Amino acid sequence: MAEVLVLAEHADGEVKKVTLELLTAAKRLGSPSVVWTGPGADAGAARLGEYGAEKVYVADSPDFSGYVVAPAAELLASLVADKAPAAVLVAGTTEGKEIAGRLAIKTGSGVLTDAVNVVAGDDGAPVAEQPNFGGAITVHSVVRQGTPIIAVRPNAISPEAAAGAAAVEAVSFAASDAAKAAAVTERVVAEKGERPDLTEAQIVVSGGRGTGSEEGFKIIEKLADALGAAVGASRAVTDAGWYPHQFQVGQTGKTVSPQLYMAVGISGAIQHRAGMQTSKTIVAINKDPEAPIFEFADYGLVGDLFNVVPQLTDEVEKRKG
Amino acid sequence: MNIVVCVKQVPDTAMERTLTPGDGTLDRASLDGLINELDEYAIEEGLKIAEAHGGEVTILSMGPGKAAESIRKALSMGADKAVHVMDDGLAGSDALATSAALAAALRQVGFDLVILGSESTDARTGVVPAMLAERLGVPQLTLASKVDIAGSDVTIRRVTDDGYAVVSASLPAVVSVVEKINEPRYPTFKGIMAAKKKPVQVLTLAELSLDASAVGLAGAATWVSDFAARPPRQAGVVVKDEGDGGAKAAGFLAERKFI
Repeated sequence: MAEVLVLAEHADGEVKKVTLELLTAAKRLGSPSVVWTGPGADAGAARLGEYGAEKVYVADSPDFSGYVVAPAAELLASLVADKAPAAVLVAGTTEGKEIAGRLAIKTGSGVLTDAVNVVAGDDGAPVAEQPNFGGAITVHSVVRQGTPIIAVRPNAISPEAAAGAAAVEAVSFAASDAAKAAAVTERVVAEKGERPDLTEAQIVVSGGRGTGSEEGFKIIEKLADALGAAVGASRAVTDAGWYPHQFQVGQTGKTVSPQLYMAVGISGAIQHRAGMQTSKTIVAINKDPEAPIFEFADYGLVGDLFNVVPQLTDEVEKRKG
Repeated sequence: MNIVVCVKQVPDTAMERTLTPGDGTLDRASLDGLINELDEYAIEEGLKIAEAHGGEVTILSMGPGKAAESIRKALSMGADKAVHVMDDGLAGSDALATSAALAAALRQVGFDLVILGSESTDARTGVVPAMLAERLGVPQLTLASKVDIAGSDVTIRRVTDDGYAVVSASLPAVVSVVEKINEPRYPTFKGIMAAKKKPVQVLTLAELSLDASAVGLAGAATWVSDFAARPPRQAGVVVKDEGDGGAKAAGFLAERKFI
């Protein structure tokens, strides 16, 4: 059975959930082989084996964090040439997509981004399901040139446990000078506390214009913390500077697909909908009964968020004991 | 400095967008075209850099005849000239083909700095800036929320999933910008009048020495096998807060096992 390469996303030796999701998709297409860049593979390999990884190619080089994406694309290109995999799966993060793009050029292959599902087609080749235009249209796409490269949206595929050998194999790698053209001189990690990543969270609580101010927006953070959720914001909020831009959900921000999305004080314009309408369950709180969000929310509450949300937060904390 | 800003005309995101039956390409003809929003930040950044460091700003756009409106708008913001890559053979190009055509045009026009929006609001692949850097063999300085030029060095603040990274390289380079990096200017009346006289060079596939079989729908490395409108989400229950709305909402969350 042909190998399917899966580029691991990890931090401090901990495998990110999206990698397990990619493994689940890879297993449908062939024999999953993880490609691990940088340190920490020894700590991560066991976890990868629990989700079906047969092999783990480890290239422990500082080049991956020292330079922008080109080294990872170079490593994958050499593995593609070497292993002739049936497909390459990467996480559909901004960086993952950039790696996929460069790899596509290097290997002359088609690349599909923002896949929410990947299955084997009649001929065994991968078919990706992609939501277009913020989820208004569902498209099935295939690659008909080179090695299929697919960037899969985090949180879209449920990871399924499956035993794999996870045999670690060291790969020697040194980035070419060309791949070292853009050097990272500093990394700054924003303080996000204990909250889950916005795109990986099971629950996202987003606040909109209705929160009224930076001070008012804190009510969203409190509810999110009670639920163990990530915090999102509408564009009105990030434009006004009430909450940092990287938490914007919508057409020009992040696309999220959690089990539960709570839109608080958000009217639900088409541009916001584009970033969240594939969420499994949507709850909306808005004082305007005519707000478009109520047309597609599973549960809508018409009321003043400053009355409703603190009560809801208290109730959640009480029930969670 | 020779600055080239890539601009894409996209359908208005506030309108209902559809795909063409048969080939699954975006039906652009029936929709109002606007400059891709993130590209407006790219234009502004290019103009600011030219103002601060000297140089010329060229707009590069690939698209059908209709894209000329967006090119003219970019010129009215203050860019000096434009190159319009236009050929029927380009219709239906995927990211791989688009980057091939843009890279060919960039090689022909020449550049010190290429600036793009980090993604388009229609396809949203977000891969073209990285593809251009790869094709042109120049540094990739993408997802910039801040750009500084000092001599022939360029340093950006790159937005990452958990914060940001400071990235440096030497020109020539490809830079992509994120939303809110600046405040794009509005065209002035004078700018609009001046734009009418600015040169727009049209380049065809033949002039770019590109093989028609490598681009457009014919050369697309990806293929839409089928598509369907997603069934619209149904509205669920809507309740009015009568003092116990928060508790009721908690009841719903408990019923769905979220708490």
